[in-house]
Amino acid sequence: MSSGGNNNTKAAARVDAARRVAIFGGTHGNEMSGVTLVNLWVQNGAEIQRKGVEIKPFIANPKAVEKCVRYVDTDLNRAFTQENLSATGDDELPYEVQRAQEINRMFGPKGSAGAYDVIFDLHNTTSNMGCTLILESSKDAFNLQMMNYIKKAFAPASCLVLLNEHPLLKYSTSRSVAKHPVGLEVGPQPQGVLRSNIFEAMRVILKHALDFIELFNEGMEFPACTVEVFWVLERMDYPRDANGNIIAMVHPNLQDCDWEPLNPGDPMFQTFDGKSIHYQGSSTVYPTFINEAAYYEKQQAFVTTRRETLVASAVRKA
Amino acid sequence: MERAAVPPLSSVAICGGTHGNELTGVYIVKEMQKQKTDKVGSVSITTVVTNPRALDAGTRYTEMDLNRCFTDVLLSSPVTESSPYELRRAQELNAQLGPKGSAEAVDLLIDLHNTTANMGLCLIFYSIDWITLHIYKHIQNKMSSVPVRAIQLDIPISDAYSLESVGKHGFAIEVGPQPNGVLRADIFNMVKEAVDLTLAWLQEFNSGRSYEGGTVEAYTFVRSVDYPRDSAGKITAAIHQDLQDNDFKLLRSGDPIFQTFSGETLKYDGEDLYPFFVNECAYYEKKIAFHLAQRKTFSFPSIRVKKD
Repeated sequence: MSSGGNNNTKAAARVDAARRVAIFGGTHGNEMSGVTLVNLWVQNGAEIQRKGVEIKPFIANPKAVEKCVRYVDTDLNRAFTQENLSATGDDELPYEVQRAQEINRMFGPKGSAGAYDVIFDLHNTTSNMGCTLILESSKDAFNLQMMNYIKKAFAPASCLVLLNEHPLLKYSTSRSVAKHPVGLEVGPQPQGVLRSNIFEAMRVILKHALDFIELFNEGMEFPACTVEVFWVLERMDYPRDANGNIIAMVHPNLQDCDWEPLNPGDPMFQTFDGKSIHYQGSSTVYPTFINEAAYYEKQQAFVTTRRETLVASAVRKA
Repeated sequence: MERAAVPPLSSVAICGGTHGNELTGVYIVKEMQKQKTDKVGSVSITTVVTNPRALDAGTRYTEMDLNRCFTDVLLSSPVTESSPYELRRAQELNAQLGPKGSAEAVDLLIDLHNTTANMGLCLIFYSIDWITLHIYKHIQNKMSSVPVRAIQLDIPISDAYSLESVGKHGFAIEVGPQPNGVLRADIFNMVKEAVDLTLAWLQEFNSGRSYEGGTVEAYTFVRSVDYPRDSAGKITAAIHQDLQDNDFKLLRSGDPIFQTFSGETLKYDGEDLYPFFVNECAYYEKKIAFHLAQRKTFSFPSIRVKKD
């Protein structure tokens, strides 16, 4: 990916065609849009067929799906570390570590030439994030071009891009097994609940994503473009007492305000006896994942981001 | 209607965490315990986190739904160490706050719940009780920026299965929409206000203030509707966008209620009724997509505390 200059004079970056694509639902067993869509497509995959590419719908965590819980032993979407993937112990390993190794065998190995080209991982959040695409690298031109295509196709409806590239906060997702990992996160939706509007939005976004892949594989060149991303900065936990119990809630002024500017001095938390706690940062940030149910145990009330415009070089099938 | 004289209500129980993932009640109760709130004027207050195991696990229940364990039959059934946790816990709570139907029971039991349905603030109760209707009317008048409604379950007390039936008077405060495992400040503030208003009302009532009668509208449960399912029992449709979030909006024959995954609209066929608990997470396993209710007007008399 180029960082400046006149991209129109440079040749397009050549990227291998995406011949093997997977769609994961149920990485978290209680995020119902992905579970429902993948189950549908496993039964009848006509809607997700595209020329020149094999597309596999897949339930990532079937035990968690059956119990309608996020995970059984440990969060599958944090389990794809090198340590876990090479761990020995078979049946003694936590279920999700065993599952991660199996997924790595089926769709990886992670980091190798034989790994799947693209994995779409379907998620829901209790946060008011709307339609969000999650990237892990600022340098993947193929993925950036896909984001650009999806955003334009989905307009005027909004689809934002969250970039989770951060040395400390980045985590080892199930989709990270593929060469081009793409997260789809749609909310707000309670865990265990299927909302029709959320389900349909995810379905449409995926349709555009697969259309992009088909066009790319047919040889279309995608000219250089810019993509606005929200780049992860910092995790903000709830205020807690000495025993680790939360002592405040996300403030009503911040609740549901994902992607809106949070300025120094703005209310951030409200204690149970009604006092406000204010944001102490030195500059404006853009919070997201505000009040996600699953993050209370991960010590996160919300995450801050900065807005940045990335430049994606032109791409074309190799 | 003539004025009714009712004995003072001097003991109140405020309960939270009957479902361990409905967080508002948990934190209301914990804050009251932290502030050591055990008395408000003439009213003594007991606060209880009713299902601590489910709260620790972050689940609705561990073995069975605690809020279905309070029928007379279940409360008197023999239990052993190997009986389901919630069944044993229900009998413990009945001993602490009841016994149900006896003179020792708390005067008023308020159980705090959340729902994923867009129901605003609802008081749920079994019997048409003057105290409950007066409190409902009071909360509705004072909290004018929030939709406040009442739901009556027309079930005899012996068959009443939920915790609030243990008190001499009782109601649940059910507030949504809030996802399981999430604590929203706006909902917390709303429920705290409703609890504070109730305690203030009781104090005034006990000290002799007279309250004028009137009428209120309440919804009476009629029946429930399940999701369409295939032969394997799997759900084949989602609540239609026209019905989603429209709890208490009158449903008429021909109105869309479900959208199948293949895009077909399924319509309601039946008498005009009001839907509620639309798309409540916990009800998927109970085979309920939504409940239907009639709306009725109840009149209630003026009341004043009975002086001995």
